[in-house]
Amino acid sequence: MTPLDRYADLVDDEVAFRAACDRPLPQVVRVNRLAATPDRVIEAFETEGVAYERVDWHEDLLVLPDGSPGTNWPYFHGWTHGQEEVSALPALALDPEPGQVVWDACAAPGSKTSHLAQLMDDRGTLVANDSNLGRLSALRHNAERLGITNTVVTNTDARNYSLKPFAFDAFDAALVDAPCSCEGTIRKNPDAHEEWTLGHVREIAEVQKGILRRAIQATEPGGTVVYATCTFAPEENEAVVDHALATEDCRVVDWDAPLETRPGVTEWEGESFDSAVERTHRVYPHLNDTGGFYVARLEVGA
Amino acid sequence: MTESPPENDGQVFDRLPATADERRVPGRPTRREVIEWWTERFGVPAETFDGHSFWEKGNGKIWAFAGDVPDPVDVEAVGITFLHARQEHWKPTTDAAQRFGRAADRNVVELSGGEATAFAAGHDQDLPRWEGDWGYLIAAHRVAGEVEPIGVGLYLYGELRSRIPKGRRDELGELDG
Repeated sequence: MTPLDRYADLVDDEVAFRAACDRPLPQVVRVNRLAATPDRVIEAFETEGVAYERVDWHEDLLVLPDGSPGTNWPYFHGWTHGQEEVSALPALALDPEPGQVVWDACAAPGSKTSHLAQLMDDRGTLVANDSNLGRLSALRHNAERLGITNTVVTNTDARNYSLKPFAFDAFDAALVDAPCSCEGTIRKNPDAHEEWTLGHVREIAEVQKGILRRAIQATEPGGTVVYATCTFAPEENEAVVDHALATEDCRVVDWDAPLETRPGVTEWEGESFDSAVERTHRVYPHLNDTGGFYVARLEVGA
Repeated sequence: MTESPPENDGQVFDRLPATADERRVPGRPTRREVIEWWTERFGVPAETFDGHSFWEKGNGKIWAFAGDVPDPVDVEAVGITFLHARQEHWKPTTDAAQRFGRAADRNVVELSGGEATAFAAGHDQDLPRWEGDWGYLIAAHRVAGEVEPIGVGLYLYGELRSRIPKGRRDELGELDG
């Protein structure tokens, strides 16, 4: 029994799903447009002899089939950041604007933070928080290497986050890229399922509910909150969004994902969820040859 | 009874005063001094920093920040580390050299492919051809058609000493022959 057995009935092609989960993922980098264009990165790769392939659904993502995304000149200059392809989804879903005040509630090690900063054109205020001080040093290292200057880094538990240090009393938008059971990262980390227990899934789902709830409360009416995980468990995905819909003033809004996804599930192991979760997105590894992912875009009640 | 002047609190971020007239913490550099230093030393135009405020946390560690927070603020970081400014010779960080050094046209040493590779790996090297100032330089090289800053070097006695921090050094290929 592996965690994947739980999801055999959810996927349209179980054989393809399992086969994709068994294949290792190639290394991918995202171009940091604050420092360089994809064309310039490619020119440098070609001069340096680094093999690359473009990703068909997003021009800022480049696959490095020979690996080692961190040992080449474009990386050294902060032009690229190693990031799993599907991890580019949350920042695209949040779609922040330059000048906004944005909260990245679970920010370390900073892939999504740096992507958000890029979409903000390094303007506005991006508050990057994480409860784990050790992981924050990785976030700071990444943000500095990428030359991101609009970030404020804080170290607290996002579930009871205080805006006291700041002059504003709400964020324009918030990203909850939640800590999760990481089932969808099996292609990158073959040990991802070894520590898996249903108890952990249930426990972390409670943490996720607390963080998403605080993100909705701390966001301006009309503002956007994106909830994302890299796992398949409905307990950590649709059930968390369902809980937010039931307890906070928010609604699920449509988002056109740039790659192939499946709708959120409305029933799971005898529980049923608000039908609005059908408008959230599941990414299975066999759909686009990526890792597994879940994204929901919410609007705070106006 | 006279009040003693406020001291630099190493635990919080304080915004640099705009000018010397506004300075309250002794020894703290001003925004004007910081920008004039970048302009005089590296030719970086003052307007390059229009969107940034500068903050001190710790002794002389200056940060560059494009966002908006109250002053002082007790957080882990604002923006990027930018300049060490309480020693005799001010020293920009590698990250600041990469972020703002593209606008530099003075005290920039352009390295060949092999020299750039050695520099990024943290090696010191003889560089007798440099006839400019001694002290901290921005080391750069040509990549994808343009000159791009690599980091900060210290030039003394005909030698360019790499000041790339250990965690950022890398063994990279040569980009030209």
